[in-house]
Amino acid sequence: MTTTLATASKPRSHLVADAWTLMRYDLVGWKRNPSIIVFAFIQPIMFVLLFRYVFGGAIATHVPGGYVDYLVPGIIGQSAAFASFGTAIALARESQKGIIDRYRSMPTARSAVLVGRLGADLLRLTLTVILVLAVSYLVGFTFINGALPAVLMLLLGIIFGLVVCCVSAFIGLALRDEESVGSFGLIWLFPLTFVSSAFVPVSSMPGWLQVFAKNQPVTIVIDEMRSLAIGGPLVLHGWESAVWLLGIFVVFVPLAVRAYRRA
Amino acid sequence: MPSQDLAVEVCNITKSFGAVNALSGIDMEVPKGTILGLLGPNGAGKTTAVRILTTLLKPDSGTARIEGIDLVRSPERVREVIGLTGQAMAIRDELTGKENLMMVGRLFHLPKKTLAARADELLERFGLTDAAQRAAKTYSGGMRRRLDLAASLISRPKVLFLDEPTTGLDPRSRIGMWEVIKELVAGGTSVLLTTQYLEEADELADGIVVIDRGTVIALGTSSELKDRVGGNVIEFFVPDSEARERAALAVAHLGTHLPTLDSTNNNVTLRVGSAGSKALVEAVRALDAADITVEELGLRRPSLDDVFLSLTGHEAKPDSEALKEGQL
Repeated sequence: MTTTLATASKPRSHLVADAWTLMRYDLVGWKRNPSIIVFAFIQPIMFVLLFRYVFGGAIATHVPGGYVDYLVPGIIGQSAAFASFGTAIALARESQKGIIDRYRSMPTARSAVLVGRLGADLLRLTLTVILVLAVSYLVGFTFINGALPAVLMLLLGIIFGLVVCCVSAFIGLALRDEESVGSFGLIWLFPLTFVSSAFVPVSSMPGWLQVFAKNQPVTIVIDEMRSLAIGGPLVLHGWESAVWLLGIFVVFVPLAVRAYRRA
Repeated sequence: MPSQDLAVEVCNITKSFGAVNALSGIDMEVPKGTILGLLGPNGAGKTTAVRILTTLLKPDSGTARIEGIDLVRSPERVREVIGLTGQAMAIRDELTGKENLMMVGRLFHLPKKTLAARADELLERFGLTDAAQRAAKTYSGGMRRRLDLAASLISRPKVLFLDEPTTGLDPRSRIGMWEVIKELVAGGTSVLLTTQYLEEADELADGIVVIDRGTVIALGTSSELKDRVGGNVIEFFVPDSEARERAALAVAHLGTHLPTLDSTNNNVTLRVGSAGSKALVEAVRALDAADITVEELGLRRPSLDDVFLSLTGHEAKPDSEALKEGQL
């Protein structure tokens, strides 16, 4: 009895240590799972090359540096959003396999599973964003607005990715099935990223589509990233981006936590 | 039994999901150092009961104590003393056997110093030392089950919950798991085991609780439950299904209940009460008169299968999912 009392501890005090444990073992798993490398690193590079060289010539952007300068902020945002697919898949798999049940039956801090998962995914998407940027430089992209805005653009891209990961965490935990997430976890991101200003100017779309494209969060965030990278209106898009990102975060984190408790 | 001798004490637990009553007031006790087998058909509420007792679900009403700790009031203290091996194998495929154990140990906040030794000891005990540095995705079904069980033992739990621990295993791996579970209990661990394999309960469980539709319909030792069915059972095998039906009809009048035909095992069972050998002789005559040849005709004590059948009105068959797994 006394030993039980002695080891009984406040779960909260373990949050950081437990999240770190989960994150660390997640990283250990990467090196044995080539599909993560392909999805997280090779696919985004392919997108850069395809849009730069295949579609780029056909897209009129009126940006001083040409299409590549228009494209890169968009493709960084798109890569960051697509990286969240890994969050949904991993949580669905852990839920389906009873791994989350095991964690929940242990004295592990309750929120450590989500925090650890998002920590690992944050690291992964940061690497993805840096890699995409490096390849973009190789194919002709340059920041023309100075160093600080360039850093802010990367940060905004990463924060955007993290917020999308929170949505994906909810999807993964709510579906609890790897196969369903495999078919549904990415598809919702296609209209959101492609019907936006990420790859083509919204003004080139039909009027009815512009209504959606102009007002949806991906366009707003990517317009802000583009302004930071190559110049443009900063303040309005900045505020709108902050409100959207905070709003999505505030809605989906509690939803993900609730789904986790039911998983 | 006084409370301090009980590892698990469940009192009138209820749980419903919407309009469905998963558990409508169940009681059960696991004395310390024993195995309680929780039996019941699919959807009886076995898994719901395990999920409540392992703090994954909150009961709607009722109380339970695990090692004397109130489950509803102090779930975080219950988590310190239990281990759970669920139906799904809760191991991470991309991690090695040892990494899986180390990770669970770290999440239990076991001291780093002793953890590696504890992990090695468990790997050794479960015959996984040679595979310790290999990714778990290369493991066989039996090895994965053993690793999963080892993970739930890393913290030396006082009470272990095993939810269908051998579903999908081949017979040899199953017997291996049984040996491991028996050793654990000999070492003082208390176990609550759910299973659909009645021979497993017969082999392992000190006490058995049968639940159906969320209520306890019988409890006792395996032997007591068999006595409840009482008398003897005539059993014989007929490969041809049409002949099997004719044979069952021919002997039906000798039974205290209707005969049971099983097309998987090709057998017919008939409860004959205390009629014993007399009923057997009559059965031979009746079958001969009907000109049916049967195999392995005999008189035996009721098995847990007969108990289950008489209690629930249907057989305890593993679900099709489990059978599929078993063939793979």
